[in-house]
Amino acid sequence: MSLREIRLSTTPTSDAINELRLGDIVYLDGLMYTAREGVYMRALEDKANIPMDLPSQSAANFHCSPAARINDDGSFDMGAVTATASFRFAKWLPEWFDKTGAKIIVGKGGMTSKDYKDYFVPNGAVYLSTVGYGTGALLGRGIEKVEAVHWNEELGLAQAMWVIKCNKMGPFIVASDLNGDCLFERENAKIAKNISKAYEGTKPAVLKRYGETDDRSDELI
Amino acid sequence: MINIDLIQQTAEYLMQKAAIEIPEDYHAGLKRAAEDEENELPSFVLKVMLDNYEVAKEDRCAMCGDTGVPRWFVKLGNEATVEGGMFALEKALRSATAKATNGVPLRPNRVHPLWRTDHNNNVGIGAPEIEYGFEPEGEWIDLITVHKGGLFGTDYRMLFPSDGIQGIKRFYLDSLMAFGKRGLACQPAIIGIGLGGSKDTCMTLGKRASTLRTVGSRNSDPKIAEMEDEFKELGNSIGMGAMGFVGKNMVVDCNIEVGYCHTGGMPMSVHAFCLSSRRAVARIFPDGRVEHRTDPDWFTPYQRRETVEWEPNKELARESS
Ligand code: SF4
Repeated sequence: MSLREIRLSTTPTSDAINELRLGDIVYLDGLMYTAREGVYMRALEDKANIPMDLPSQSAANFHCSPAARINDDGSFDMGAVTATASFRFAKWLPEWFDKTGAKIIVGKGGMTSKDYKDYFVPNGAVYLSTVGYGTGALLGRGIEKVEAVHWNEELGLAQAMWVIKCNKMGPFIVASDLNGDCLFERENAKIAKNISKAYEGTKPAVLKRYGETDDRSDELI
Repeated sequence: MINIDLIQQTAEYLMQKAAIEIPEDYHAGLKRAAEDEENELPSFVLKVMLDNYEVAKEDRCAMCGDTGVPRWFVKLGNEATVEGGMFALEKALRSATAKATNGVPLRPNRVHPLWRTDHNNNVGIGAPEIEYGFEPEGEWIDLITVHKGGLFGTDYRMLFPSDGIQGIKRFYLDSLMAFGKRGLACQPAIIGIGLGGSKDTCMTLGKRASTLRTVGSRNSDPKIAEMEDEFKELGNSIGMGAMGFVGKNMVVDCNIEVGYCHTGGMPMSVHAFCLSSRRAVARIFPDGRVEHRTDPDWFTPYQRRETVEWEPNKELARESS
Protein backbone atom coordinates (compact mmCIF):
# COMPACT_ATOMS: atom_id res chain seq x y z
CA MET A 1 0.00 0.00 0.00
CA SER A 2 1.39 3.37 -0.83
CA LEU A 3 0.07 6.64 0.54
CA ARG A 4 -2.67 8.43 -1.38
CA GLU A 5 -2.26 12.13 -2.14
CA ILE A 6 -5.36 14.32 -2.24
CA ARG A 7 -6.06 18.01 -2.93
CA LEU A 8 -8.88 19.29 -0.74
CA SER A 9 -10.73 22.59 -0.64
CA THR A 10 -11.10 24.36 2.71
CA THR A 11 -14.80 24.59 1.87
CA PRO A 12 -15.13 20.91 0.99
CA THR A 13 -18.17 19.04 -0.26
CA SER A 14 -19.47 16.25 1.94
CA ASP A 15 -18.44 13.80 -0.75
CA ALA A 16 -14.87 15.00 -0.62
CA ILE A 17 -14.79 14.51 3.16
CA ASN A 18 -16.40 11.12 2.83
CA GLU A 19 -13.64 10.05 0.45
CA LEU A 20 -10.87 10.54 3.01
CA ARG A 21 -9.22 7.49 4.56
CA LEU A 22 -6.96 7.31 7.60
CA GLY A 23 -3.36 7.93 6.56
CA ASP A 24 -4.21 9.80 3.32
CA ILE A 25 -1.91 12.72 2.57
CA VAL A 26 -3.83 15.95 2.00
CA TYR A 27 -2.95 19.36 0.53
CA LEU A 28 -5.34 22.26 1.16
CA ASP A 29 -6.56 25.07 -1.11
CA GLY A 30 -8.59 28.09 -0.04
CA LEU A 31 -8.98 30.16 3.11
CA MET A 32 -8.10 28.75 6.52
CA TYR A 33 -8.26 30.54 9.85
CA THR A 34 -6.36 29.96 13.08
CA ALA A 35 -8.37 29.54 16.26
CA ARG A 36 -7.17 28.20 19.60
CA GLU A 37 -8.03 28.90 23.25
CA GLY A 38 -8.00 32.69 22.87
CA VAL A 39 -10.41 32.74 19.92
CA TYR A 40 -12.63 30.02 21.42
CA MET A 41 -12.97 31.86 24.70
CA ARG A 42 -13.69 35.16 23.03
CA ALA A 43 -16.20 33.79 20.57
CA LEU A 44 -17.90 31.20 22.79
CA GLU A 45 -17.57 32.49 26.32
CA ASP A 46 -17.51 36.26 25.76
CA LYS A 47 -19.92 35.86 22.81
CA ALA A 48 -18.00 38.25 20.57
CA ASN A 49 -19.08 38.29 16.93
CA ILE A 50 -16.78 36.22 14.75
CA PRO A 51 -15.31 38.64 12.20
CA MET A 52 -15.66 36.20 9.27
CA ASP A 53 -18.46 34.65 7.36
CA LEU A 54 -18.27 31.00 8.38
CA PRO A 55 -18.43 28.42 6.92
CA SER A 56 -18.96 30.05 3.52
CA GLN A 57 -15.51 31.67 3.55
CA SER A 58 -13.78 28.78 5.26
CA ALA A 59 -14.66 25.52 6.98
CA ALA A 60 -11.08 24.87 8.07
CA ASN A 61 -9.86 25.68 11.57
CA PHE A 62 -6.11 25.51 12.19
CA HIS A 63 -4.86 25.02 15.77
CA CYS A 64 -1.87 27.19 15.27
CA SER A 65 -0.10 30.36 16.09
CA PRO A 66 2.34 31.46 13.43
CA ALA A 67 5.78 33.02 13.69
CA ALA A 68 4.57 36.31 12.25
CA ARG A 69 5.02 40.03 12.42
CA ILE A 70 2.73 42.99 11.76
CA ASN A 71 4.72 45.70 10.02
CA ASP A 72 4.39 49.40 10.79
CA ASP A 73 2.45 49.93 7.54
CA GLY A 74 -0.10 47.32 8.64
CA SER A 75 1.09 44.58 6.29
CA PHE A 76 1.99 41.12 7.57
CA ASP A 77 4.98 38.86 7.33
CA MET A 78 4.47 35.25 8.12
CA GLY A 79 7.34 32.82 8.31
CA ALA A 80 6.78 29.37 9.67
CA VAL A 81 3.43 27.98 10.79
CA THR A 82 3.23 25.02 13.12
CA ALA A 83 0.24 23.43 14.79
CA THR A 84 -0.20 23.20 18.51
CA ALA A 85 -1.51 20.14 20.39
CA SER A 86 -5.26 19.91 19.82
CA PHE A 87 -6.46 17.71 22.68
CA ARG A 88 -6.62 20.77 24.96
CA PHE A 89 -9.32 22.35 22.83
CA ALA A 90 -11.78 19.45 22.78
CA LYS A 91 -14.12 21.06 25.28
CA TRP A 92 -14.89 24.02 23.01
CA LEU A 93 -15.38 22.04 19.82
CA PRO A 94 -19.07 21.01 20.01
CA GLU A 95 -20.15 24.62 20.30
CA TRP A 96 -17.57 25.71 17.75
CA PHE A 97 -18.88 23.23 15.17
CA ASP A 98 -22.40 24.52 15.83
CA LYS A 99 -21.45 28.10 15.38
CA THR A 100 -19.05 27.87 12.44
CA GLY A 101 -19.93 24.73 10.49
CA ALA A 102 -16.27 23.74 10.42
CA LYS A 103 -15.56 20.55 8.47
CA ILE A 104 -11.81 20.33 8.82
CA ILE A 105 -9.85 20.71 12.04
CA VAL A 106 -6.12 20.92 11.47
CA GLY A 107 -3.69 20.54 14.34
CA LYS A 108 -1.13 18.49 16.18
CA GLY A 109 -1.69 15.02 17.62
CA GLY A 110 -5.40 14.70 16.99
CA MET A 111 -8.12 13.99 19.51
CA THR A 112 -9.65 10.82 20.91
CA SER A 113 -11.95 8.53 18.94
CA LYS A 114 -14.62 9.45 21.48
CA ASP A 115 -14.30 13.12 20.50
CA TYR A 116 -14.46 12.13 16.85
CA LYS A 117 -17.56 10.02 17.34
CA ASP A 118 -19.30 12.53 19.61
CA TYR A 119 -18.52 15.83 17.84
CA PHE A 120 -16.82 15.33 14.52
CA VAL A 121 -18.93 12.65 12.85
CA PRO A 122 -22.33 14.27 13.59
CA ASN A 123 -21.01 17.45 11.99
CA GLY A 124 -19.48 15.66 9.03
CA ALA A 125 -16.02 16.85 10.03
CA VAL A 126 -12.58 15.23 10.03
CA TYR A 127 -9.26 15.90 11.66
CA LEU A 128 -6.08 16.51 9.66
CA SER A 129 -2.74 16.38 11.43
CA THR A 130 0.30 18.33 10.34
CA VAL A 131 3.20 16.02 9.44
CA GLY A 132 6.08 15.65 11.87
CA TYR A 133 4.70 18.80 13.49
CA GLY A 134 7.83 20.94 13.46
CA THR A 135 7.70 21.39 9.71
CA GLY A 136 6.43 24.96 9.68
CA ALA A 137 8.79 26.25 7.01
CA LEU A 138 7.38 23.80 4.51
CA LEU A 139 3.80 24.69 5.43
CA GLY A 140 4.74 28.36 5.10
CA ARG A 141 5.36 27.76 1.39
CA GLY A 142 1.72 26.82 0.98
CA ILE A 143 0.57 30.22 2.18
CA GLU A 144 -0.21 32.33 -0.83
CA LYS A 145 -1.19 35.32 1.24
CA VAL A 146 -2.08 36.42 4.74
CA GLU A 147 -5.58 37.78 4.19
CA ALA A 148 -6.23 39.33 7.59
CA VAL A 149 -5.57 39.16 11.28
CA HIS A 150 -8.47 39.64 13.67
CA TRP A 151 -8.55 40.26 17.42
CA ASN A 152 -4.85 40.89 17.48
CA GLU A 153 -5.29 43.84 19.86
CA GLU A 154 -7.42 41.83 22.24
CA LEU A 155 -5.56 38.51 22.12
CA GLY A 156 -1.99 39.25 21.05
CA LEU A 157 -0.12 37.94 18.01
CA ALA A 158 0.06 34.33 19.13
CA GLN A 159 -3.64 33.94 19.96
CA ALA A 160 -5.09 36.18 17.25
CA MET A 161 -7.31 34.86 14.47
CA TRP A 162 -5.12 34.76 11.38
CA VAL A 163 -6.77 34.21 8.00
CA ILE A 164 -4.49 32.67 5.42
CA LYS A 165 -4.95 31.79 1.79
CA CYS A 166 -3.64 28.29 1.12
CA ASN A 167 -2.31 27.12 -2.18
CA LYS A 168 -1.51 23.43 -2.06
CA MET A 169 -0.63 23.85 1.58
CA GLY A 170 0.62 20.69 3.19
CA PRO A 171 1.25 17.90 3.63
CA PHE A 172 -1.34 16.93 6.23
CA ILE A 173 -2.34 13.41 7.27
CA VAL A 174 -5.95 12.30 7.67
CA ALA A 175 -6.15 11.33 11.35
CA SER A 176 -9.90 10.75 11.66
CA ASP A 177 -12.61 9.64 9.26
CA LEU A 178 -16.39 9.71 9.13
CA ASN A 179 -16.54 6.44 11.08
CA GLY A 180 -14.91 8.31 13.93
CA ASP A 181 -11.83 6.09 13.74
CA CYS A 182 -8.56 7.52 14.98
CA LEU A 183 -5.24 6.97 13.20
CA PHE A 184 -3.17 7.51 16.35
CA GLU A 185 -5.22 5.05 18.39
CA ARG A 186 -4.84 2.49 15.63
CA GLU A 187 -1.05 2.91 15.79
CA ASN A 188 -1.05 2.87 19.62
CA ALA A 189 -2.86 -0.43 19.62
CA LYS A 190 -0.22 -1.97 17.36
CA ILE A 191 2.61 -0.61 19.50
CA ALA A 192 0.96 -1.81 22.72
CA LYS A 193 1.59 -5.41 21.77
CA ASN A 194 5.31 -4.90 21.97
CA ILE A 195 5.60 -2.73 25.06
CA SER A 196 6.12 -5.48 27.62
CA LYS A 197 9.23 -6.60 25.76
CA ALA A 198 10.87 -3.18 26.09
CA TYR A 199 9.98 -3.11 29.80
CA GLU A 200 11.33 -6.59 30.48
CA GLY A 201 13.55 -6.65 33.56
CA THR A 202 12.80 -3.07 34.63
CA LYS A 203 11.17 -2.58 37.99
CA PRO A 204 8.75 -0.07 39.46
CA ALA A 205 10.19 2.72 41.60
CA VAL A 206 10.50 1.95 45.31
CA LEU A 207 8.66 5.18 46.16
CA LYS A 208 5.28 5.24 44.46
CA ARG A 209 3.49 8.31 43.12
CA TYR A 210 -0.19 9.06 43.21
CA GLY A 211 -0.69 8.12 39.62
CA GLU A 212 -3.59 8.15 37.28
CA THR A 213 -2.50 5.17 35.23
CA ASP A 214 0.12 2.43 35.24
CA ASP A 215 -1.17 0.88 32.06
CA ARG A 216 1.30 1.80 29.32
CA SER A 217 -1.21 1.14 26.58
CA ASP A 218 -3.24 4.04 28.03
CA GLU A 219 -2.89 7.56 26.75
CA LEU A 220 -2.53 10.58 29.00
CA ILE A 221 -4.53 13.06 26.97
CA MET B 1 38.46 43.51 26.49
CA ILE B 2 35.67 42.12 24.31
CA ASN B 3 33.69 44.74 22.40
CA ILE B 4 30.06 44.95 23.55
CA ASP B 5 28.65 45.90 20.14
CA LEU B 6 30.30 42.85 18.65
CA ILE B 7 28.66 40.74 21.34
CA GLN B 8 25.21 42.08 20.55
CA GLN B 9 25.68 41.80 16.81
CA THR B 10 26.90 38.23 17.13
CA ALA B 11 24.04 37.37 19.47
CA GLU B 12 21.49 38.65 16.93
CA TYR B 13 23.07 36.56 14.21
CA LEU B 14 23.06 33.47 16.47
CA MET B 15 19.36 33.93 17.22
CA GLN B 16 18.61 33.89 13.52
CA LYS B 17 20.94 31.01 12.75
CA ALA B 18 19.50 28.84 15.52
CA ALA B 19 15.93 29.38 14.34
CA ILE B 20 16.66 28.65 10.68
CA GLU B 21 19.54 26.18 10.32
CA ILE B 22 19.39 22.70 11.81
CA PRO B 23 22.76 21.76 13.37
CA GLU B 24 24.75 19.31 11.26
CA ASP B 25 24.98 16.57 13.92
CA TYR B 26 21.21 16.34 14.39
CA HIS B 27 20.63 16.59 10.65
CA ALA B 28 22.99 13.69 9.99
CA GLY B 29 21.28 11.68 12.75
CA LEU B 30 17.87 12.26 11.20
CA LYS B 31 19.13 11.29 7.75
CA ARG B 32 20.38 8.01 9.18
CA ALA B 33 16.97 7.49 10.78
CA ALA B 34 15.23 8.16 7.46
CA GLU B 35 17.42 5.63 5.67
CA ASP B 36 16.87 3.02 8.28
CA GLU B 37 13.10 3.40 8.79
CA GLU B 38 11.11 0.62 7.15
CA ASN B 39 7.55 1.60 7.95
CA GLU B 40 5.63 3.62 5.42
CA LEU B 41 4.03 6.32 7.56
CA PRO B 42 7.08 7.28 9.63
CA SER B 43 9.25 7.08 6.50
CA PHE B 44 7.03 9.67 4.88
CA VAL B 45 7.14 11.82 8.03
CA LEU B 46 10.94 11.69 8.24
CA LYS B 47 11.23 12.69 4.60
CA VAL B 48 8.96 15.68 5.16
CA MET B 49 11.08 16.68 8.17
CA LEU B 50 14.24 16.60 6.03
CA ASP B 51 12.54 18.62 3.27
CA ASN B 52 11.47 21.17 5.85
CA TYR B 53 15.07 21.95 6.87
CA GLU B 54 15.94 22.65 3.25
CA VAL B 55 12.98 24.96 2.80
CA ALA B 56 13.80 26.85 6.00
CA LYS B 57 17.34 27.48 4.77
CA GLU B 58 16.27 28.45 1.27
CA ASP B 59 13.48 30.75 2.40
CA ARG B 60 15.44 32.02 5.42
CA CYS B 61 12.46 31.40 7.66
CA ALA B 62 12.15 29.63 10.99
CA MET B 63 12.18 25.82 10.61
CA CYS B 64 9.24 25.46 13.00
CA GLY B 65 6.41 27.91 13.59
CA ASP B 66 6.82 27.32 17.29
CA THR B 67 10.20 28.92 17.70
CA GLY B 68 10.57 27.68 21.26
CA VAL B 69 11.83 29.66 24.22
CA PRO B 70 15.14 31.32 23.37
CA ARG B 71 17.73 31.14 26.13
CA TRP B 72 21.44 31.76 26.57
CA PHE B 73 24.37 29.86 27.95
CA VAL B 74 27.46 31.98 28.36
CA LYS B 75 30.90 30.62 29.01
CA LEU B 76 33.89 32.74 29.86
CA GLY B 77 37.56 31.93 29.87
CA ASN B 78 39.17 32.96 33.14
CA GLU B 79 40.87 36.02 31.63
CA ALA B 80 37.90 37.29 29.64
CA THR B 81 36.59 40.79 30.26
CA VAL B 82 33.57 42.36 28.65
CA GLU B 83 33.30 46.04 27.80
CA GLY B 84 30.75 47.49 30.21
CA GLY B 85 30.88 44.41 32.42
CA MET B 86 28.33 41.67 32.98
CA PHE B 87 25.48 44.15 33.21
CA ALA B 88 26.18 45.30 29.67
CA LEU B 89 26.43 41.67 28.54
CA GLU B 90 22.99 40.77 29.89
CA LYS B 91 21.46 43.86 28.33
CA ALA B 92 23.00 42.96 24.97
CA LEU B 93 21.61 39.42 25.12
CA ARG B 94 18.14 40.65 26.06
CA SER B 95 18.20 43.23 23.26
CA ALA B 96 19.38 40.67 20.73
CA THR B 97 16.56 38.33 21.74
CA ALA B 98 13.94 41.05 21.33
CA LYS B 99 15.36 42.28 18.03
CA ALA B 100 15.59 38.83 16.47
CA THR B 101 12.02 38.05 17.54
CA ASN B 102 10.76 40.85 15.35
CA GLY B 103 13.42 40.41 12.72
CA VAL B 104 13.34 36.71 11.71
CA PRO B 105 10.40 36.71 12.80
CA LEU B 106 10.13 34.36 15.77
CA ARG B 107 6.95 33.65 17.61
CA PRO B 108 6.59 35.78 20.75
CA ASN B 109 6.16 32.76 22.97
CA ARG B 110 7.03 34.24 26.33
CA VAL B 111 4.13 35.34 28.48
CA HIS B 112 3.52 36.02 32.16
CA PRO B 113 2.42 32.72 33.76
CA LEU B 114 -0.67 34.22 35.39
CA TRP B 115 -1.61 37.36 33.47
CA ARG B 116 -0.48 35.98 30.09
CA THR B 117 1.04 39.38 29.33
CA ASP B 118 3.04 39.16 26.09
CA HIS B 119 5.65 41.80 25.30
CA ASN B 120 5.79 40.38 21.76
CA ASN B 121 9.57 40.10 21.98
CA ASN B 122 10.35 36.96 24.03
CA VAL B 123 11.69 39.09 26.87
CA GLY B 124 10.11 39.25 30.33
CA ILE B 125 10.70 38.33 33.94
CA GLY B 126 13.47 35.74 33.93
CA ALA B 127 13.30 35.48 30.15
CA PRO B 128 15.50 34.73 28.33
CA GLU B 129 17.34 32.60 30.88
CA ILE B 130 21.04 33.40 30.96
CA GLU B 131 23.29 30.79 32.55
CA TYR B 132 27.03 30.98 33.07
CA GLY B 133 30.00 28.66 33.05
CA PHE B 134 33.73 29.25 33.27
CA GLU B 135 36.90 27.65 32.01
CA PRO B 136 40.27 27.93 33.79
CA GLU B 137 42.00 29.55 30.83
CA GLY B 138 41.17 31.89 27.95
CA GLU B 139 40.29 35.46 27.05
CA TRP B 140 37.27 34.50 24.97
CA ILE B 141 33.56 34.38 25.60
CA ASP B 142 31.29 31.66 24.20
CA LEU B 143 27.73 32.65 23.40
CA ILE B 144 25.36 29.71 23.04
CA THR B 145 21.72 30.14 22.24
CA VAL B 146 19.25 27.29 22.53
CA HIS B 147 15.65 27.60 21.34
CA LYS B 148 14.10 24.60 22.98
CA GLY B 149 10.52 23.83 22.16
CA GLY B 150 8.18 21.24 23.49
CA LEU B 151 5.72 21.28 26.35
CA PHE B 152 5.90 17.50 26.29
CA GLY B 153 8.73 15.10 26.91
CA THR B 154 10.12 16.23 30.23
CA ASP B 155 9.74 14.64 33.64
CA TYR B 156 11.44 14.45 37.03
CA ARG B 157 11.39 11.78 39.68
CA MET B 158 13.20 11.12 42.94
CA LEU B 159 14.56 7.62 42.65
CA PHE B 160 16.65 5.89 45.31
CA PRO B 161 19.85 3.87 45.15
CA SER B 162 17.86 0.64 45.51
CA ASP B 163 15.97 1.48 42.30
CA GLY B 164 19.20 0.84 40.43
CA ILE B 165 19.68 0.80 36.69
CA GLN B 166 16.43 -1.13 36.15
CA GLY B 167 14.52 1.65 37.90
CA ILE B 168 16.26 4.27 35.77
CA LYS B 169 15.32 2.35 32.63
CA ARG B 170 11.71 2.11 33.71
CA PHE B 171 11.37 5.84 34.29
CA TYR B 172 13.10 6.55 30.98
CA LEU B 173 10.69 4.27 29.14
CA ASP B 174 7.72 5.75 30.99
CA SER B 175 8.70 9.24 29.81
CA LEU B 176 9.04 8.06 26.22
CA MET B 177 5.71 6.23 26.35
CA ALA B 178 3.91 9.14 27.94
CA PHE B 179 5.07 11.79 25.51
CA GLY B 180 5.92 9.79 22.41
CA LYS B 181 2.35 8.73 21.73
CA ARG B 182 0.83 10.76 18.91
CA GLY B 183 4.34 12.19 18.55
CA LEU B 184 3.69 14.87 21.15
CA ALA B 185 7.44 15.08 21.84
CA CYS B 186 8.06 15.80 18.13
CA GLN B 187 10.45 12.89 17.98
CA PRO B 188 12.94 11.68 16.85
CA ALA B 189 14.51 13.57 19.73
CA ILE B 190 17.79 13.97 21.53
CA ILE B 191 16.92 12.57 24.93
CA GLY B 192 18.86 14.11 27.81
CA ILE B 193 18.95 12.36 31.16
CA GLY B 194 20.10 14.10 34.32
CA LEU B 195 21.14 11.84 37.17
CA GLY B 196 21.97 13.16 40.61
CA GLY B 197 22.47 16.70 41.80
CA SER B 198 19.74 18.41 43.81
CA LYS B 199 16.23 18.58 42.39
CA ASP B 200 16.92 21.79 40.47
CA THR B 201 20.40 20.80 39.28
CA CYS B 202 19.06 17.40 38.25
CA MET B 203 16.67 19.18 35.89
CA THR B 204 19.48 21.44 34.71
CA LEU B 205 21.79 18.49 34.02
CA GLY B 206 19.16 16.73 31.94
CA LYS B 207 18.30 19.88 30.03
CA ARG B 208 21.96 20.49 29.30
CA ALA B 209 22.50 16.85 28.35
CA SER B 210 19.83 17.19 25.67
CA THR B 211 20.64 20.69 24.44
CA LEU B 212 24.38 21.23 24.99
CA ARG B 213 25.67 17.88 23.72
CA THR B 214 25.70 16.81 20.11
CA VAL B 215 24.34 13.67 18.48
CA GLY B 216 27.13 11.09 18.56
CA SER B 217 28.99 12.59 21.52
CA ARG B 218 29.63 10.29 24.47
CA ASN B 219 30.11 10.90 28.18
CA SER B 220 33.77 10.77 29.23
CA ASP B 221 32.97 8.06 31.77
CA PRO B 222 33.13 4.87 29.66
CA LYS B 223 30.46 3.13 31.72
CA ILE B 224 28.06 6.01 31.29
CA ALA B 225 28.93 6.09 27.58
CA GLU B 226 27.86 2.44 27.39
CA MET B 227 24.59 3.29 29.10
CA GLU B 228 23.99 6.02 26.52
CA ASP B 229 24.34 3.48 23.71
CA GLU B 230 22.13 1.01 25.48
CA PHE B 231 19.43 3.58 26.28
CA LYS B 232 19.35 4.83 22.71
CA GLU B 233 18.75 1.32 21.50
CA LEU B 234 16.18 0.63 24.21
CA GLY B 235 14.20 3.73 23.27
CA ASN B 236 14.18 2.70 19.63
CA SER B 237 13.11 -0.84 20.46
CA ILE B 238 9.67 0.20 21.73
CA GLY B 239 8.40 0.17 18.17
CA MET B 240 7.24 3.78 18.26
CA GLY B 241 8.59 6.15 15.63
CA ALA B 242 8.00 9.64 14.30
CA MET B 243 4.55 11.02 15.20
CA GLY B 244 3.97 7.98 17.39
CA PHE B 245 3.40 5.79 14.34
CA VAL B 246 4.66 2.22 14.37
CA GLY B 247 8.33 2.66 13.60
CA LYS B 248 11.87 2.31 14.86
CA ASN B 249 13.14 5.84 15.33
CA MET B 250 12.17 7.59 18.54
CA VAL B 251 15.58 8.54 19.88
CA VAL B 252 18.23 10.17 17.68
CA ASP B 253 20.61 9.96 20.61
CA CYS B 254 20.57 9.66 24.38
CA ASN B 255 22.94 11.78 26.45
CA ILE B 256 23.43 11.29 30.16
CA GLU B 257 25.00 13.77 32.57
CA VAL B 258 25.60 13.20 36.24
CA GLY B 259 26.20 15.27 39.36
CA TYR B 260 26.90 14.23 42.91
CA CYS B 261 23.69 13.91 44.95
CA HIS B 262 22.53 13.21 48.50
CA THR B 263 23.78 9.82 49.67
CA GLY B 264 20.24 8.53 50.17
CA GLY B 265 18.81 9.53 46.79
CA MET B 266 19.17 9.20 43.01
CA PRO B 267 17.11 11.97 41.41
CA MET B 268 16.50 11.62 37.69
CA SER B 269 15.20 13.92 34.98
CA VAL B 270 14.36 13.26 31.34
CA HIS B 271 14.29 15.90 28.59
CA ALA B 272 13.54 15.71 24.89
CA PHE B 273 15.14 18.08 22.39
CA CYS B 274 12.71 17.85 19.49
CA LEU B 275 13.18 17.65 15.75
CA SER B 276 13.85 21.38 15.88
CA SER B 277 17.00 20.87 17.93
CA ARG B 278 17.96 24.51 17.67
CA ARG B 279 21.30 25.70 18.94
CA ALA B 280 24.01 28.03 17.68
CA VAL B 281 27.37 28.92 19.16
CA ALA B 282 30.06 31.55 18.66
CA ARG B 283 33.35 32.23 20.40
CA ILE B 284 34.32 35.89 20.50
CA PHE B 285 37.89 37.02 21.13
CA PRO B 286 39.17 40.39 22.38
CA ASP B 287 40.86 41.04 19.00
CA GLY B 288 37.44 40.95 17.28
CA ARG B 289 37.64 37.45 15.87
CA VAL B 290 34.35 35.48 15.91
CA GLU B 291 34.36 31.71 15.41
CA HIS B 292 31.01 30.07 14.70
CA ARG B 293 30.18 26.46 15.45
CA THR B 294 27.19 24.28 16.39
CA ASP B 295 28.80 22.16 19.12
CA PRO B 296 28.47 24.02 22.43
CA ASP B 297 31.32 21.91 23.85
CA TRP B 298 29.94 22.70 27.28
CA PHE B 299 30.92 19.52 29.11
CA THR B 300 34.68 19.94 29.15
CA PRO B 301 36.79 17.95 31.62
CA TYR B 302 36.73 21.06 33.82
CA GLN B 303 32.90 21.08 33.94
CA ARG B 304 32.95 17.45 35.02
CA ARG B 305 35.76 17.87 37.58
CA GLU B 306 35.46 15.67 40.65
CA THR B 307 37.65 17.17 43.32
CA VAL B 308 38.73 20.46 44.93
CA GLU B 309 41.89 20.93 42.96
CA TRP B 310 42.03 21.33 39.21
CA GLU B 311 45.20 20.22 37.54
CA PRO B 312 44.71 20.62 33.82
CA ASN B 313 47.94 18.89 32.90
CA LYS B 314 47.15 15.82 34.89
CA GLU B 315 43.69 15.75 33.36
CA LEU B 316 45.14 15.95 29.86
CA ALA B 317 47.61 13.20 30.63
CA ARG B 318 44.83 10.96 31.85
CA GLU B 319 42.75 11.63 28.76
CA SER B 320 45.51 10.75 26.34
CA SER B 321 46.61 7.64 28.19
S1 SF4 C 1 8.31 20.43 19.97
FE1 SF4 C 1 9.86 21.33 18.59
S2 SF4 C 1 9.37 20.69 16.51
FE2 SF4 C 1 7.57 20.33 17.82
S3 SF4 C 1 6.30 22.15 17.58
FE3 SF4 C 1 7.58 22.47 19.38
S4 SF4 C 1 9.43 23.50 18.64
FE4 SF4 C 1 8.37 22.67 16.86
